[in-house]
Amino acid sequence: MKYVIAMIQPEKLEDVQCALKQKGINLMTVSQVMGRGRQQGITRVYRGRKESGDLLKKIKIEIAVNDDYLEAAIESINSAAKTGKIGDGKIFVFELEQCIRISSGETGSVAIG
Amino acid sequence: MEKREGGYRMKRAIALIASLAVVFMSDSAMAEHTVDSLPVSAGDTSFVLMSAALVLFMTVGLAFFYGGLVRRKNILSILMQCFFVMCLLSVQWILFGYTLSFGPDKGGIIGGLDWIGLRGVGLAPSPDYGSTVPQFAFMVFQGMFAVITPALIVGAFAERMKFSAFCVFSIFWAFLVYNPVCHWVWGAGGFLAEMGALDFAGGTVVHINAGIAALVIAIVLGKRAGYPGRSIPPHNLPFTVLGAGILWFGWFGFNAGSALAADGIAAGAFVATNSAAAAAGITWALIEWIREKNPTTLGTATGAVAGLVAVTPAAGFVGPVSAMIIGAGSSILGYIAVAYIKPALGYDDSLDAFGVHGVGGIWGALATGLFASTAVNPGGANGLFMGNPKQLWLQFAGVAVTIIYSLIVTFIIAKLVDKTIGLRAELRDEQMGLDLTQHHESGYTVLD
Repeated sequence: MKYVIAMIQPEKLEDVQCALKQKGINLMTVSQVMGRGRQQGITRVYRGRKESGDLLKKIKIEIAVNDDYLEAAIESINSAAKTGKIGDGKIFVFELEQCIRISSGETGSVAIG
Repeated sequence: MEKREGGYRMKRAIALIASLAVVFMSDSAMAEHTVDSLPVSAGDTSFVLMSAALVLFMTVGLAFFYGGLVRRKNILSILMQCFFVMCLLSVQWILFGYTLSFGPDKGGIIGGLDWIGLRGVGLAPSPDYGSTVPQFAFMVFQGMFAVITPALIVGAFAERMKFSAFCVFSIFWAFLVYNPVCHWVWGAGGFLAEMGALDFAGGTVVHINAGIAALVIAIVLGKRAGYPGRSIPPHNLPFTVLGAGILWFGWFGFNAGSALAADGIAAGAFVATNSAAAAAGITWALIEWIREKNPTTLGTATGAVAGLVAVTPAAGFVGPVSAMIIGAGSSILGYIAVAYIKPALGYDDSLDAFGVHGVGGIWGALATGLFASTAVNPGGANGLFMGNPKQLWLQFAGVAVTIIYSLIVTFIIAKLVDKTIGLRAELRDEQMGLDLTQHHESGYTVLD
């Protein structure tokens, strides 16, 4: 079991969701976060005062997958979120030790899907 | 023994309050209806009362105009300051403010205490103040001006002033600055009025007065923690735009209502008000379009307010085209003030109360001396462009007197409050936000 965290551009969320769905991956947690990598902040102007915020709005997607779905998950996020410019985001993959479905008490791979 | 003493003190306090109540209640609202009292016009009265309500609504608009510009953690502190001013200054106005501002003149400087607690003020019109409406209508209309003026200053000390200090400051400022200046300009016998300075709806009394006070208190109070290095972005610009819209709407009461009659002058002031706001909004947006490549909603809203400020003293004395020039000029000067002068001098007028109201007010008062025309209002005067350079000088004198007086007295009040109870919130309170530390509330919850 793996735990995938992807940081993507907010405007790419729908594309990524679509791509994941095509591969049969429907379960995910999405949050609005602030962050930055190599991309510069966008400059905002308030009454002539320029403010370049260090942090940008990003979307964080978290997905728990069984090993055989990992490649499909990475591939769909990667292709759907990519523009080829800096700021596209990153994908992190973690080992997932355990998964428990609270309603039924099932554990392990069965509980993920 | 101790208890009995406490009881005695309590009795004395009650007796004092009771005797005060007797003083205030006798006569109030019972001005005699003599046969020869001036006739009341139903049209004028309904117009002035509606205008008073519109002006009150401006303070609500101002609360949201300012509220959107602060950070999330300070939204309630702004709304509370504006709302509390509505309560505090209404009470001050009824008890003392009205008589100090409009009571029988004492040497052109201040009104006498004859109308304390509105004694003798009532349903009959006053020959000096809106002679076709009950004096109550004039009084309550003017009361709304007394309310919004200290609320304007809120923009300068936003996000860092202690609430208690704010209350004390506002009350002292009403007594020592607003009431006297109001008397000078609008009171019968007030020396600026006698001199011939024109101020149709309060450019001097309200906007210059509050704008200068804003600059002074911003300097005395010091900058917000993290200013100017850290980013302090507005948390809700939709609030700000809504607030600006409400201000624009309410300003029709402020300016047209100042005619104190539902007549042609009121209609002229209404049109001038709208013309100035519109031209000023476009001007600010255009400046940004050229300089920053994009016009902003905040800039357009700010411009409209700057135009409304500038046309205030001129509204009943100028035509629509002059009003548009006055509005556009206010946006240009306001933009220079907030985008160049403020950063260059380094003071933290958080929400540009000086940049918009002070600068716009000064420009508007002077512009009245340029554009005023007796063709528009026979009761007014001609300005420089109508061949009367003296009017510009009178306007300048009115502006200078107000600036100097407001500057000095506001400085003294601010210093006094600072030395006694302290003006500024603790650093940690400021960092946590005034909503939580001054009012034990949050404007927004994280969950639900």
